[in-house]
Amino acid sequence: MRVGIPMTLSFFTFYPLWKPFFEGLGAEVVVSPISNKALLDEGVKETVNDACVPIKLLHGHVSALKDKVDILFLPRLVSLDGKNTLCPKFLGLPDMVRYSISELPEIIENRLDMKKSRFELYRFMFRVGQRFTDNKLQILRAIWQARYNFSRYRKLLLHGLTPAEAFPLLESGEEPDKAAETGDAIKLAVLGYPYALYDNYVSVGLLKKLKEHGVNVVTPEMVSEKDLKKMSKTLPKNLFWYYSNRVVWAAQHYLRDQTVDGMIHVTAFGCGPDAMTNRLIELEAKENSQIPLMSITIDEHTGEAGVATRVEAFVDLLKRKKGIL
Amino acid sequence: MKISFPYMGTSHIAISYLLENLGHEVIYPPKPTKKTLSLGVQHSPEFACLPFKILMGTYLEAVEAGADSLTTSGGFGPCRAGYYGELHKRILHDMGYPVKMLVLEPPLMAPLTFYRNVKSLVRPTSSWTNFYRVFRVAWEKLRALDELEGLLHELRPLAVSKQQITKTYERGLGYIDDAGSVSKVLEAKDAALQDMRAVPVDETFTPLKIGIIGEIYVVLEPFVNHDIEKMLGDMGVYVHRSIFLTNWTKDNAVSNGEKDIRAMAVPYLNQLVGGHGQNSIGETVIYANKGFDGVIQLAPFTCIPEIVAKSIMPTITRDKGIPVMTLFLDEQTGRAGVETRMEAFLDLLKEKRNKQEAI
Repeated sequence: MRVGIPMTLSFFTFYPLWKPFFEGLGAEVVVSPISNKALLDEGVKETVNDACVPIKLLHGHVSALKDKVDILFLPRLVSLDGKNTLCPKFLGLPDMVRYSISELPEIIENRLDMKKSRFELYRFMFRVGQRFTDNKLQILRAIWQARYNFSRYRKLLLHGLTPAEAFPLLESGEEPDKAAETGDAIKLAVLGYPYALYDNYVSVGLLKKLKEHGVNVVTPEMVSEKDLKKMSKTLPKNLFWYYSNRVVWAAQHYLRDQTVDGMIHVTAFGCGPDAMTNRLIELEAKENSQIPLMSITIDEHTGEAGVATRVEAFVDLLKRKKGIL
Repeated sequence: MKISFPYMGTSHIAISYLLENLGHEVIYPPKPTKKTLSLGVQHSPEFACLPFKILMGTYLEAVEAGADSLTTSGGFGPCRAGYYGELHKRILHDMGYPVKMLVLEPPLMAPLTFYRNVKSLVRPTSSWTNFYRVFRVAWEKLRALDELEGLLHELRPLAVSKQQITKTYERGLGYIDDAGSVSKVLEAKDAALQDMRAVPVDETFTPLKIGIIGEIYVVLEPFVNHDIEKMLGDMGVYVHRSIFLTNWTKDNAVSNGEKDIRAMAVPYLNQLVGGHGQNSIGETVIYANKGFDGVIQLAPFTCIPEIVAKSIMPTITRDKGIPVMTLFLDEQTGRAGVETRMEAFLDLLKEKRNKQEAI
């Protein structure tokens, strides 16, 4: 059995959990190709025009996968922390895809709602596992393996690695090099959703470009759960969406920490939650610090040169401010 | 407290009665205009939805007019409107208006906050018994307003003079506005309904029937939707609106109602997606089953729950044979454009009906 996982949305959060899990169940995991223009164009064709780029892209990934797999993994992610939900598009995701793209294979659209109980993630995996095998022991073993891999992955991210850097280490079992942070370089917090930041095509190579400029980059995934939780108490009212909250809390963390020289918020054109997230970060930055903030909005028409120019200018400004240019 | 609140349809008649009789000075913001909108757009995030921008503009006009407190509804997502009160407050504070924001959170979700805010509305200017009395009158007014509007939608396509029915309705609103007790409200309502029924109608005419669904604010506030119900009524269409303020408040704030609507949505979308998204699906199915000619979905630009719903609509149209037109509204939307699209949609529905009659 070939299970298809699209390389977008929750992929960068969960892939190291799903891969060993499905392999433990005896399935073969097929991942869609790295995002590219053809994929996005295909997605734009299939999706309602009002949707955001990540959702359009997802439709492209699903189209690329549908003839190559026996079953598609598109779970309905409702809550990942037991408190907040995800953006409505995640909630309606399997339905949007099913009614937009024809001739799809079977879809695993089980609901993951951690509001139900603390162990909901494992119960969810168990329910999914039962579609593959009747052998309960095998499912449990697959969950165990997956869990182990997943916690290693999270540690690697906290260590300052991006998913692209962490994935090969998970495969080889190697330890990461000592952090190559250089003392005088500037440090930037790049805020945004994993599917915008770590998808090189969506972010028009932003992280790579920053590293080329000798910038040390930190992201929301590099802030510990404990620190995020602390920040969740600093706002009179938190947002309602899992990823948005983590972006805001990470912003709060870096603002208070005062170790970053600047912040970049990456957001998708027409992203509903980000209209709130972005202004909230702006207001927090204005009230609580002197840290410069730049927002980059991306959509299917974003050109690499435009972003490159803005990023360069921003980095130069920060370097000058710090006196290293 | 010099208090103000946002407009939504005719609800200001009931809300201002409530606040005034609790002893507050009500600052009436002008009804939303182009100026309100442009003021709001200027100070709102670009991708916030139209309701956010209009409310932003309304608040700015209200604080300019001297309001020191604002009251609005809250919520806990996944629709972002639940965060609007909080963000509006922060933007206003950032602009240098130290205004007090009373966000009425759903009583069942945040009983303490709800109580505290209601208490600051009630006291020290009034007593709880007075509050109960005034609240009942306001609620009765809301119900009367909804009833009047329902009848207006029924009569408008049939009325010989569209102007006359509109005028009579507006006079009726005045009766409700003037009434000061529950029994007076009921009397006023009956009088208004009677007046409206007395307007001459053309009984032989069978209007097209269209259901209006979508996000509550753009459905209820005529300024935002270019008075689409009047537009359609004047074109001789019977419009049935899925949301009225009283049923919405009862179903969403107090009890967990609307189960039957949601049940109809389940085959297509088995998940609450916030806002009115799942309802929009369920209501479309219901309108199809009731033999309506078409459905118009109204939503603010970038409204995600409605985008999710929209992506599912073509399948319902195919399954149930009901045409659905979606209008995403933003500050760029012009009346002429809406009108043209309406006319085209009506032509399509008429042709469909003629074909069915021919068979």
